[in-house]
Amino acid sequence: MDFVLDRLLSLILFTPALVALVLLFLPKEEKALLRWVAFLGSLIPLALSLVLWFQFQAGRSFEEHFLWYEAINSSYHLKLDGLSLTMVLLTTLLTPLALLASFSITERVKAYMILFLFLETGMLGVFVAWDLLLFFVFWELGLVPMYFLINQWGSEKGEREIWGGQKVPARVYASFKFMIYTMAGSLGLLLAIQMIGVAAHTFDFTTLFQYWPAMTSLDSVGPLGLSVSTVKAVAFWAFAIAFALKVPVWPFHTWLPDAHTEAPTAGSMILAGVLLKLGAYGFLRLVLPLFPAEAQRYAGALAFLAVMAIIFGAFAAFGQSDFKRLVAYSSVNHMGFVVLGIAAAAYVGGTGENATIALNGAVLQMFNHGLSAAGMFFLVGVIYERAHTRDLNAFGGVFPLVPIYGGILIFTSMGSLGLPGLAGFVSEFLVVRGAWPIFTLYTALAMIGLLFTGAYILKGIKKVLHGPLNEHWEEHGLAEINFRELVVIAPLMALMVWIGVWPNWILSVINQAMKALF
Amino acid sequence: MTIETLIWLLPLPPLLAFALIVLFTNRWKALSHSIAVGAAFLSWLGSMVVVFRALGIEHFGAEGRVFESSVAWLPLGETSFRIGVLIDPLSAATLFFVAWTVLMIFVYSVGYHNFGQPQGDHDHAGLPPHGATVADEHGHTHKVPSIEPMYARFFAFIGLFAFGMYTLVVSDNLLTLFVGWEIMGLCSYLLIGFWYAKPSARDAAIKAFMTTRVGDVFMLLGVAYLYAMTGTLNFRAIFFNEEVLHRLATTPAVDGFLGLSAAGLIGLLLFIGTIGKSAQWPLHTWLPDAMEGPTPVSAMIHAATMVSAGVYMVIRMFPLLSAGWHEGAALTPPMLAMAVIGSITALFAATIAVAQNDVKRVLAYSTVSQLGYMVAALGIGAYIAAAFHLIMHAFFKALLFLGSGSIIHGMEHGVLHTDDLVDPQNMLNMGGLRRKMPLTFVTFLIGGLALAGFPFVTAGFWSKDEILADAFAHAPLVFVVLAVAAFLTAFYTARQITLTFLGQPRTASAQHAQESKWTMTLPLVVLAVFAVGAGWVGTPWKNLFHEFVGGTLLEHPEALPFSQALVPMVLSILISLSGLAAGWLVYRHYEAGQADPLAKALGVVHTWLKNKWYFDEIYHALFVRPSAWFSETFTYKWMDRGVIDGILHTVARLAFGIGPILRNYFDKPVVNEFIGDGSASVVQWFGRRLRLVQTGQVQFYMMTALVIAIGVLLAVIALP
Repeated sequence: MDFVLDRLLSLILFTPALVALVLLFLPKEEKALLRWVAFLGSLIPLALSLVLWFQFQAGRSFEEHFLWYEAINSSYHLKLDGLSLTMVLLTTLLTPLALLASFSITERVKAYMILFLFLETGMLGVFVAWDLLLFFVFWELGLVPMYFLINQWGSEKGEREIWGGQKVPARVYASFKFMIYTMAGSLGLLLAIQMIGVAAHTFDFTTLFQYWPAMTSLDSVGPLGLSVSTVKAVAFWAFAIAFALKVPVWPFHTWLPDAHTEAPTAGSMILAGVLLKLGAYGFLRLVLPLFPAEAQRYAGALAFLAVMAIIFGAFAAFGQSDFKRLVAYSSVNHMGFVVLGIAAAAYVGGTGENATIALNGAVLQMFNHGLSAAGMFFLVGVIYERAHTRDLNAFGGVFPLVPIYGGILIFTSMGSLGLPGLAGFVSEFLVVRGAWPIFTLYTALAMIGLLFTGAYILKGIKKVLHGPLNEHWEEHGLAEINFRELVVIAPLMALMVWIGVWPNWILSVINQAMKALF
Repeated sequence: MTIETLIWLLPLPPLLAFALIVLFTNRWKALSHSIAVGAAFLSWLGSMVVVFRALGIEHFGAEGRVFESSVAWLPLGETSFRIGVLIDPLSAATLFFVAWTVLMIFVYSVGYHNFGQPQGDHDHAGLPPHGATVADEHGHTHKVPSIEPMYARFFAFIGLFAFGMYTLVVSDNLLTLFVGWEIMGLCSYLLIGFWYAKPSARDAAIKAFMTTRVGDVFMLLGVAYLYAMTGTLNFRAIFFNEEVLHRLATTPAVDGFLGLSAAGLIGLLLFIGTIGKSAQWPLHTWLPDAMEGPTPVSAMIHAATMVSAGVYMVIRMFPLLSAGWHEGAALTPPMLAMAVIGSITALFAATIAVAQNDVKRVLAYSTVSQLGYMVAALGIGAYIAAAFHLIMHAFFKALLFLGSGSIIHGMEHGVLHTDDLVDPQNMLNMGGLRRKMPLTFVTFLIGGLALAGFPFVTAGFWSKDEILADAFAHAPLVFVVLAVAAFLTAFYTARQITLTFLGQPRTASAQHAQESKWTMTLPLVVLAVFAVGAGWVGTPWKNLFHEFVGGTLLEHPEALPFSQALVPMVLSILISLSGLAAGWLVYRHYEAGQADPLAKALGVVHTWLKNKWYFDEIYHALFVRPSAWFSETFTYKWMDRGVIDGILHTVARLAFGIGPILRNYFDKPVVNEFIGDGSASVVQWFGRRLRLVQTGQVQFYMMTALVIAIGVLLAVIALP
């Protein structure tokens, strides 16, 4: 048993990739088999992360360490804290649900499932890596499958005009934008990692956390003969930009509505549910501990951008007539609260009650947004598969046709809106509470966004479910949500209630990690 | 079971009912309503036990003499945030009226939604029932009311609504109070928009949610601020602690905002929440539109839960709102705001109520107006009077709304029976209903008189009198405003009763109206008992209510001496009676088809009032349309698509531009032609030249080989 537990992190990390390898040897015509193997296979990491959760709660620590590139002193180092654990749980939870939601995919099932499982390994790797180089490898690994998922399985309809009347298929445009944007960030990230590696002779988080922030001189000649402060400043900005693009922070957010809207349903679930968290995780894991001074200096600017995201994300969502794009913009709005919490904590150097509360709120908001955004994208996908449209004006009054779906949509929408009693409220309240004494004006301005969150959520419900029944659907009918789809959404709903009513179980894990973060 | 455990359990039955109905029993109507009414009964029973236990304790509310219990909820840093339950005198009194009104509304809903009637002919989920055609034994067909198609759903929703209110009342802290507060916001949205297929209901639901949310986001800031200042949100920990209150009152607000103290800013933020929730001017517009929901919902929102919650919250927060204030001192900024807004609301809404013809809409504006009374009372420091009026109002307003539902029901019966398609809610179409619906008439009359403050026998008289007496003593200006509003209240109440019940039926539908079933009239009778009797606990000479609820505060507030209450009492009697008389005199001879006598007298002012001072139109032009433009055009089209994507596309276009340039001016000429093709050309040139020596003749090759061999040999020898 100990043998397994000692290698539990690696096991969780590579099981999806192994399952993907198994799929490689299955015949591509056996679609049902491929789907089930992928789905059941993805349940293994989930089960293992539950074991991980309880073992961690029981006081066990998880760490694996092998030398990897001896020449540059980089190692295969995995480690888990409460922050990683929360994100690992979110990833391993959402992936099976997304795979189950993908059962309606009929084209090139094999390739799709393999890509999806590789994606999971990539995401998990980022959350458990404890070495900068390893971190970067996994960071990039997650990018490639997602590009293909959007590019190949994205929505078939739609074009996007770029310039001079030129049009490209929407999914090509979206996947390209996603790829280029993230690559632009990665470039700087890689550079910064190299600089740190050369300057500090290590990529190991533990060592870096200890020495890097306090480092005032370089014991050898720095890269290109730069001074330590320059190296730090360049590295800080490279990190911050890479992560800000990923979150995304306003005004780098426009790739998000495109990518999320054009991605297949399950892709959107994972994009919003997990991939956006990578950016916020990067801030928490690397930027705050490695660059506390720089983070403190620029926290005000970050908070400003966060508030812009909160406000304009909400406005832009309210201005949509495409249901999926509305949900996509809601992510900009919600992730703004994560960044606001992080910025507030950074501003006070992570010390004090307010900082801890803000950070707790930010991390919990990451988890909660994972639940609600995945749920919302899934529900949009459910109705899209039936109606073949996402145009809000094409629906209207379909509630009597799909009463169960309607009830679930209202529930999930309320979760997304941050209704007290459901998960989102707890985290948003903590962020507001933590940020208020630090960034009073920004927090007050964020309320505009919170108000319009209500407006766009109600707009979605109004246009789809309420009002006089659209004659088109009265004639053609609209099938009710089926059992498989209920299985996908039920865990998300249950968790929303659970965290909303009794957040202690998850917040205690987060709280422990946040106390130790700085 | 300890009393604390019981208090924890109070909100749960309606929540369970909600869950059970939604998940399992929604197909079975009788089962669903049994579960819901049963749950309401359980909560009622528990509440009564709690209230009577509280009443049995001497000096209930004093240090340690409350029921409280809490658990750690959120671990934050080294401490945790605790939530729990608290019953002190104020919440006990609130619990009493909530339990009664909720139970009565639940019972009433069974009849209101036509339980036992046949399914409608063309009824459709999302629309009100249109009636069913039935044949009697003689083969005559006629139309009767039909059962609500979403019957079970309704009971689920009001179950959740009741849960929200119970949660709010038993909370010992501001955060769980806010949770209950927002859950009620959701329920009001769901229930106002219950008949969601009607665009008017759908829009009213959104309006209610959004308008109250304006207040809620401010309140959220207030909650966060208070928490940041005190490290707790527990009521007793803040309000029963002189030191904390003093610190709040003396610390300047964050960033020195408007020169307020922390307590002042927090108080104002929280009060804005109440402006939204309790429909105070200028956020009052949602409440009259909330009439789009089924009538029990109106009673729920207007009396038992939602709007009462707003006033309950500020009463609860009074020690904070008045921190640094003492009897006779200048009002604190939050109190001043409450006094001003409350007074404006009380008068303003009363003027609108005078000109409305919809039986429920009159009541809606009267609710707004009465809530203004409570807020104004609290603003001038009349803590007990505000709480007293809150409770009395809940009883008689629940009665009036349920009564109006009964009237509409009776009228609908007439409409279906006669096929005379008149608006069953328009009072001008009624008249003479006292003979058709005697029980509804008597109870409605009681409720109406209570609202008008008919002297001595009604609850409304005592509570309103107490507010007026306090205003008379401390704030003469507020007294004048409230007195004018009281006159208007009596006037429109008399107008309503006269138009509805007195005189002769003005339409065939009114002629054929019918008394409602017992499930509807029984709650009316019960509430009527309270609308008369409840007021006796708060008379100026022996104010038991004052004694009891005063214990909520750290310092028991002074009751006004009877001698000071005498003059305002006489005045309020005169106001009430003259208003009632005026209303009756103006409308008693009103005939069908006539113009409203008041419209003739007031002319354009009446049109102004009838259109509610055009607030809806102004808000639409000022907020609704601009925000749509700002979202769709400015934020999305211009900023995101135009500027940000524009910049990205420019960069991309540059890249696309540089690509061909590199290709045409470097790759092609330099790499391809010079280096690539160039090297090939060189090889080719040599090839062409060398081809000359490849003759294919062996002799030539041999000769060449020999020459080269000799040359090499000579070179080897010659070179050192």
